[in-house]
Amino acid sequence: MSKKVVIPIGPQHPALKEPASFDVTLKGERVADILVKVGYNHRGIEKACEERTFLQSVYLVERVCGICSHSHSTCFIQAIEELANLKIPPRAAYIRSLIGELERIHSHLLWLGVAAHEIGFDTLLMYSWRDREIVMDLLALLTGNRVNYAVNVIGGVRKDVSEEEKDQILKAVDILEERTKYYVQVATEEVTLIERLSKVGYISHEDALKYGAVGPTGRASGIKRDIRKDDPYAAYGEVDFEVITDDHCDVYGRAVVRVKELMQSYSIIRQLLKKLPQGPLSVVAPRLIPAGEAVSRYEAPRGEDIHFVKSNGTDKPERVKLRAPTLANVQSVAKMLEDGYLADVPIVIAAIDPCFSCTDRMIVAVNNVSTAKEDRMDWKTLREFSIDWYKKNRGVDFTKLKKLDK
Amino acid sequence: MKTANEIAQKLKETYSSYILDVSAQRERRVWVEVDPKYFRESFESFVLKEGFSILSTISGLDLKDKFQVIYHMSSEDGVVLSIKVNAERENPSVPTITDLFPAAELSERELEDLLGINVTGLIQGRRYPLPDNWPKGQYPLRKDWNISMLDKKTEKETDGGKNE
Repeated sequence: MSKKVVIPIGPQHPALKEPASFDVTLKGERVADILVKVGYNHRGIEKACEERTFLQSVYLVERVCGICSHSHSTCFIQAIEELANLKIPPRAAYIRSLIGELERIHSHLLWLGVAAHEIGFDTLLMYSWRDREIVMDLLALLTGNRVNYAVNVIGGVRKDVSEEEKDQILKAVDILEERTKYYVQVATEEVTLIERLSKVGYISHEDALKYGAVGPTGRASGIKRDIRKDDPYAAYGEVDFEVITDDHCDVYGRAVVRVKELMQSYSIIRQLLKKLPQGPLSVVAPRLIPAGEAVSRYEAPRGEDIHFVKSNGTDKPERVKLRAPTLANVQSVAKMLEDGYLADVPIVIAAIDPCFSCTDRMIVAVNNVSTAKEDRMDWKTLREFSIDWYKKNRGVDFTKLKKLDK
Repeated sequence: MKTANEIAQKLKETYSSYILDVSAQRERRVWVEVDPKYFRESFESFVLKEGFSILSTISGLDLKDKFQVIYHMSSEDGVVLSIKVNAERENPSVPTITDLFPAAELSERELEDLLGINVTGLIQGRRYPLPDNWPKGQYPLRKDWNISMLDKKTEKETDGGKNE
């Protein structure tokens, strides 16, 4: 019998992009048991929403996550619109779906890069992130922002898509499609990639169902669920696309599902632009939202995002509950890691495309409440503080930069 | 695929003794309030017999005079059934559903941490989502809680990383 060793991974760890804690019990090289603890990014957003108006909450909810911000804001706004009985103009619904698909493309390309990096395939990371810039530029062009696009308003969208922008989107989609074909080829033919990812992070169809896996994680274990199809919102009821599933049930399957989903997204974008109806962009929303309850669902890049909103008839929500897809997937991860190798832990965790900011939401900067005053610095003071800090603590002299500032 | 109205009608007829209220809000959205005494029986029937076999999430609410827990369940064809059950203001508690849905664990811990609703039958484990040194008896999502009630001791212990 070999001795059992417990290795704590996280909350702060070089292999993790965000704080989460995994206490891995090892038996030799294999994982015997794993304890997952999340909650480190809890920022009190649900409570904060109760103290803000619906409109202010929209901005707050958009910032739940930097990658799938449009998902959260759309999901939240859909709930408000249901409560206020607003029917958004068709053009607005199309634009929401359009931004949603561009977001999915950027998120999946980002994931492809992260996953490639975790298995030491950094060339693929460089390629996919270079290509991701194309879609980031598109998002900046269409909304003015690379992240937190803020394109939604209660009752519609705030910005139109012009004819020139349409052309630019189509051109960019052509390039991206060409590149993605190459990634599909890499994913299906490149032997090192297939060998590295096959049988890693295995979760059977039955277990995936039992642990409630959502999104590409669930679809790679043969769970054919996609909110865009099952509970259509925005303009998804009017476009034709396929729900990609795979029966590998491992990290390789998850990679294949995401790459193929990119191809579907390009097709959806072309259909949306072709059919884009004319008309107004938004309807007037009331300041007071009628009392009631609504549940809104959205297929975020990582899976089902669900928001519950209760209104009491005032301009502030009574209760906002957000459930991001990673929370639904986090328990599957423990199952996937069981009996796997320690060296596979980073890629298995990365394979659900975790987003702990989304998962945790909540609690404000509690620790700095009493000292908030002294913690506030203007740009110049901050620069000077950092230059002094580095000189004192790291022995690096950046004094020259100080002069450049002037 | 059954419409929301048909589902609501069927639930009303079949489970009249468990149900306090049922309504079809719109296409694919059904709400049902069940008697806390029969919560487990009704919940199991909805899951096993009526096909609402996907747990989306659990929402906890502070209604001031009582607490309410809503289980958002969905079916394969996209219908969301939200099952409401009330809990008393003093010593609120609901039974666990982790035997049916292991994935409910984190949502149930959230109920305990943020609203102080006791979940009976939930196995011991690490708390979520509040930090380990969060003071006892402080439930931030309760309506009568605000940030000034936070024990100053907690701030000292964590110190916000200022002693660099």
